[in-house]
Amino acid sequence: MKSLEELKAIRDRMQGQLASRDHVGEQDTRVVVGMATCGIAAGARPVLNRFMEEVTKRELHSVKVVQTGCIGMCRLEPIVEVYAPGQEKVTYVKVQPEMVARIVSDHLVGGNVVTEYTIKD
Amino acid sequence: MREISLHILDIAKNSVRAKATLITLGVEVDDAADTLVFSVKDNGCGMSEELLKTVTDPFTTTRTTRKVGLGLPLLRTNTELTGGGIEITSTVGVGTLVKATFGLSSIDRMPLGDLSETVITLVSGSPEVDFVLNVKRGEQEFCFDTAAIKQMLGVSVLDEAEVLQYLTEYVRENIVFIKDI
Ligand SMILES: Nc1ncnc2c1ncn2[C@@H]1O[C@H](COP(=O)(O)OP(=O)(O)OP(=O)(O)O)[C@@H](O)[C@H]1O
Ligand SMILES: [Mg+2]
Repeated sequence: MKSLEELKAIRDRMQGQLASRDHVGEQDTRVVVGMATCGIAAGARPVLNRFMEEVTKRELHSVKVVQTGCIGMCRLEPIVEVYAPGQEKVTYVKVQPEMVARIVSDHLVGGNVVTEYTIKD
Repeated sequence: MREISLHILDIAKNSVRAKATLITLGVEVDDAADTLVFSVKDNGCGMSEELLKTVTDPFTTTRTTRKVGLGLPLLRTNTELTGGGIEITSTVGVGTLVKATFGLSSIDRMPLGDLSETVITLVSGSPEVDFVLNVKRGEQEFCFDTAAIKQMLGVSVLDEAEVLQYLTEYVRENIVFIKDI
């Protein structure tokens, strides 16, 4: 059973490591998930949470997963934008939880955009 | 929406956009009255009487990325399909209360879904906002208050992934009495 006392103990242990990665820095990659009604209805919440799980599991401290409102292309939701330093923005569309592990391993870790999931013009 | 918890997330996001600093979520399952009620109360900017009158109509929005607001009309439809409805009270400068009632045993009611994930998604999206969650079913109750947790941990924001993941499980374990509703 989880308890708040245990949480406190865990966090106290983590404290040292955490201090060094508090703020969103210039060198961070941002993963932005659209979380307005259109995104939420299309399944953005589990997608966001899969990203958070993967990123913590792989200890990718320079990747920040953040939420935003309406990106403005409702029929392509859930939409995930990736902003990596020195790279153009990459927009993944109709993202499903099953697609997340591959975006993390190929793109966020390996640096290769998963083009089959990106927006096509 | 596939889950009532997604409506809760969506309605609470309106409160975040209204610049609330405290958002209180309530979920009550009343087996005797055959209802599932959720409420979202905030201390955000509130709505004028004019806006309030048209807010459950899909063409009302203050968004600029599109011309329709969907959150409240969709919630209204989904509650009414189950014999329930929504009530909204709001005062400019004070805040807003949205209360949604679903017929508990109605076949048109979607499942409650993952309430824990909804709450922690809200916390991680707005780490500076305080959230309170009250869940009740008969004699069973659970209350979760991020202000108390911040105080206990000695932090001003809850934004560490490890902490948030722990809290997701913590909330999930404490609301098993409404699991699979
Ligand atoms: N808690 C609130 N406080 C202040 N204003 C609100 C609140 N909830 C809703 N509103 C107002 O009502 C409008 C309609 O809300 P609704 O959720 O239906 O659509 P939306 O948020 O504009 O867009 P969508 O939900 O589709 O992303 C909002 O644009 C906002 O102006
Ligand atoms: Mg909305």
